[in-house]
Amino acid sequence: MTVLLTIIVVALVGITFWQMSKILKLSQLKNVDTSQVANDKDNDTQGKLMLGFVIFIYVLTIYCFSAYNSFFLPESASKHGVEYDQLMLISLVIIMITQIITQGLLHYFTFKYRGKSTNKALFFADNDKLEFVWTIIPVIVLSALIIYGLFTWSDIMNIDEEDGDPLIIELYAYQFDWRARYGGEDNVLGKANVRFIEGVNTLGVDVSDSYGKDDKIVNELHLPVNRKVIFKMRSQDVLHSAYMPFFRAQMNVVPGMITEFSYTPTKTTEEMRNSEFMVEKVATINDIRREKSKALIAAGDEGLETYEFDYYLLCNKICGASHYNMQMKIVVEPEEDYNAWLKEQQTFGEQMSAQASN
Amino acid sequence: MSAIAHADDHAHDDHGHHHKETFITKYIFSQDHKMISKQYLVTGLIMGIIGIAMSLLFRLQLAWPDHKFTAFEIFLGKFGEDGVMDPSIYLALVTIHGTIMVFFVLTAGLSGTFSNLLIPLQIGARDMASGFLNMVSYWLFFLSSVIMVISLFVEAGPASAGWTIYPPLSALPQAIGGSGTGMTLWLVSMAIFIASSLLGSLNYVVTVINLRTKGMSMTRLPLTIWAFFVTAIIGIISFPVLLSAALLLIMDRSFGTSFYLSDIFIQGEVLHNQGGSPVLFEHLFWFLGHPEVYIVLLPALGITSEIIATNARKPIFGYRAMVASILAIAFLSTIVWGHHMFISGMNPFLGSVFTFTTLLIAIPSGVKAFNYITTLWKGNLQLNPAMLFSIGLVSTFITGGLTGIILGDSTLDINVHDTYFVVAHFHLVMGISALYGLFAGVYHWFPKMYGRMMDKNLGYVHFWVTAIGAYGVFFPMHFIGMAGLPRRYYKNTEFPYFDDLADTNVLITIFALITAAAQLVFLYNFIRSMFYGKKAEQNPWNSNTLEWTTPVEHIHGNWPGEIPSVYRWPYDYSKTKDNGEYVIAGQDWVSQTIPLQEDEEELHH
Repeated sequence: MTVLLTIIVVALVGITFWQMSKILKLSQLKNVDTSQVANDKDNDTQGKLMLGFVIFIYVLTIYCFSAYNSFFLPESASKHGVEYDQLMLISLVIIMITQIITQGLLHYFTFKYRGKSTNKALFFADNDKLEFVWTIIPVIVLSALIIYGLFTWSDIMNIDEEDGDPLIIELYAYQFDWRARYGGEDNVLGKANVRFIEGVNTLGVDVSDSYGKDDKIVNELHLPVNRKVIFKMRSQDVLHSAYMPFFRAQMNVVPGMITEFSYTPTKTTEEMRNSEFMVEKVATINDIRREKSKALIAAGDEGLETYEFDYYLLCNKICGASHYNMQMKIVVEPEEDYNAWLKEQQTFGEQMSAQASN
Repeated sequence: MSAIAHADDHAHDDHGHHHKETFITKYIFSQDHKMISKQYLVTGLIMGIIGIAMSLLFRLQLAWPDHKFTAFEIFLGKFGEDGVMDPSIYLALVTIHGTIMVFFVLTAGLSGTFSNLLIPLQIGARDMASGFLNMVSYWLFFLSSVIMVISLFVEAGPASAGWTIYPPLSALPQAIGGSGTGMTLWLVSMAIFIASSLLGSLNYVVTVINLRTKGMSMTRLPLTIWAFFVTAIIGIISFPVLLSAALLLIMDRSFGTSFYLSDIFIQGEVLHNQGGSPVLFEHLFWFLGHPEVYIVLLPALGITSEIIATNARKPIFGYRAMVASILAIAFLSTIVWGHHMFISGMNPFLGSVFTFTTLLIAIPSGVKAFNYITTLWKGNLQLNPAMLFSIGLVSTFITGGLTGIILGDSTLDINVHDTYFVVAHFHLVMGISALYGLFAGVYHWFPKMYGRMMDKNLGYVHFWVTAIGAYGVFFPMHFIGMAGLPRRYYKNTEFPYFDDLADTNVLITIFALITAAAQLVFLYNFIRSMFYGKKAEQNPWNSNTLEWTTPVEHIHGNWPGEIPSVYRWPYDYSKTKDNGEYVIAGQDWVSQTIPLQEDEEELHH
């Protein structure tokens, strides 16, 4: 890969210098014309280069779509994500068609109508019909996209706690880590405010609120598959953003208010790991890591660990020096596994009494 | 003394304009719009060099996060000890790069330069409505630039909360070092910048409304002037809002108020602030921030319209539609700011409204793109460097604009928000496009500014390397964004999932280095041509607009003798009479100052 990239870059630089020397040579041959205004020869060269340029754009597009195909996120691991992906696909197709046609026309016309001193341009200042057509077509296409998008948006954003039996989880962000708080037996979160932060009570849960006693605070997010989750987000210091790309989910975490996002995970971590896409992706990544490790070990450092896929939550709003490493692991698992895991976690009440007895 | 006497001598052949010009009044505290425009350009270019150099530093870091660079040691001092970049200075570089490029280069450097140069010259005025205010405007801009540069050298580092300076990060020095003195200087600098921008904008609006020459009706204005005029209006509407946002932030920072702060526990301590909301700041910021995109872009589009028509030897297609779309874009630009905040925690219903208004803006933008393409159709294209940059602008404007359809859709924004997809989008649509507009303008009006021509071959080299490089940098960036790679990450190695994107980051950085090197060609050409360029003719591009009827040598008051009257619109290129001959035999252009000829029809436009 690196070799290929290097070759491409070197080739491009080469072409650049070749063109530069050609242009300089051309200019030296024509000593007579020193006006610095493009003449027929310039128009001819530049017009042809413009045609070359649109070919460059097409090749770059094809290259990116094929070589970077594996960059696209895998099939969504959440219910609404399927709709999201479909809307994205439709939008991308529309965009790419428009892109290819308009770039083609723009550069082809530049090439086709490159100037010649004997040519005459057409005085063509106006055409209502034409302008009407290219106003109305975007209007129709965009209306369709807007309506489709808005329906999906209100589906995603309509967070109803009464609907079904959603799991309530608080996501708590601070410089530079995440915590999750589960509602416990009653699935209700105890009240909390940063003013209650003291000792082990790092999330500022109100000790006088009985709903908080059975809350469970953890640093790894476990979700049962196929059950709706409602996240209530709270920040302790600055803005953060909870970004869960595999679930097509993101919401800012704002100090002073509680923000919400909700989705239903549909694929367990295990399923995602074993999907064709992920197996291939992880293999590629591990190849890269092995290569890197060789160099590291040669330099006397430790090698890199082998990578195994896990869902993650990352901070996506600039929040300070270690913003780049503010992450939390997400595990999606079958209901039984989830219950077993949850059982092992200490409740807030237990944590507080442990502190008191110390 | 001798210099003064010398200048005095010259004043006599100044066709009756007896002004005592000393070095200081001519080159420094000048009230002449042409000199002020050059001052804006040079200051803007210097800031541009700083801004681009910063981007190279952080691109190096992103491509080779484990490598030690001597460049970091040299330029970053204690923040680059042993050649390792400090994570907080990475954020500072990103922040100041954004601030400088958006405000100092693309707002002041582009709009300031060309509004000042072209408004009086193209509408037929002796100078701006107030030469004095114009001078004050420039010097405030200069002062704010100086303060911004000084802020790079403070102890705890310059502002580093992103160019959008969202509080609480920007309000609390405990949260990041750059939010101390660095942030204070940033705010002071921007407050002065806003004052400068307002003085400039008011002047432009008043000048366009009042000082048009005889016959220059609004529908005969070149599209450049329409663009500058409307840009100035949206600047006047939106910049004061940024000033209030900044003032409230200053109060939160220094006087203990709680406009943006609430319930904060930091460094083991609860702050007293209660009841404020960072979302309020986001609303105020983007109320300017979004129109700002168009403040940057519209002048570039205006410049392009003029250059494409002149070099296509054809009228711009759909003049009225172009004016209407400038107005529509300007209006819509003030009611779409919420699309930056779909996932900020504001009410989702507002998200729906902003999606609607945002996608509407694609319609006038589309009209503009189609009209440019049609203007090229059946033209007789003179492919001067300025023309190439104008066509390049249309190309990047389309590529970057189209992805706006994804980002403007609240649903799709969820998963690409704040990823490199956004970075790719706005760099193409406003960064590169506006820079192309700036370059196009410089190549085209250099003869008017300095009385000399720039070297076209160097111009071609500059264009081609830049054009390929810009796509090379920003096209692959969409794909790493689609992978969910967040922007503003100091390094991506903490997430093994991103390991396979590393090669692409290297590729992008290499393209960035090459593209930046090409800008040196431009700088060389610019400076060299200023002194040794070929002497320009009065109207080198055979253009119709009024600025080319002034003498090559600058004189105070622009025209010797009377101001010319205008008899036609500026786009009578290749216009023929009924018998198929050009209106003026043997020349495919008709200057605005030429009255309607015999058996020539005034066509509806």
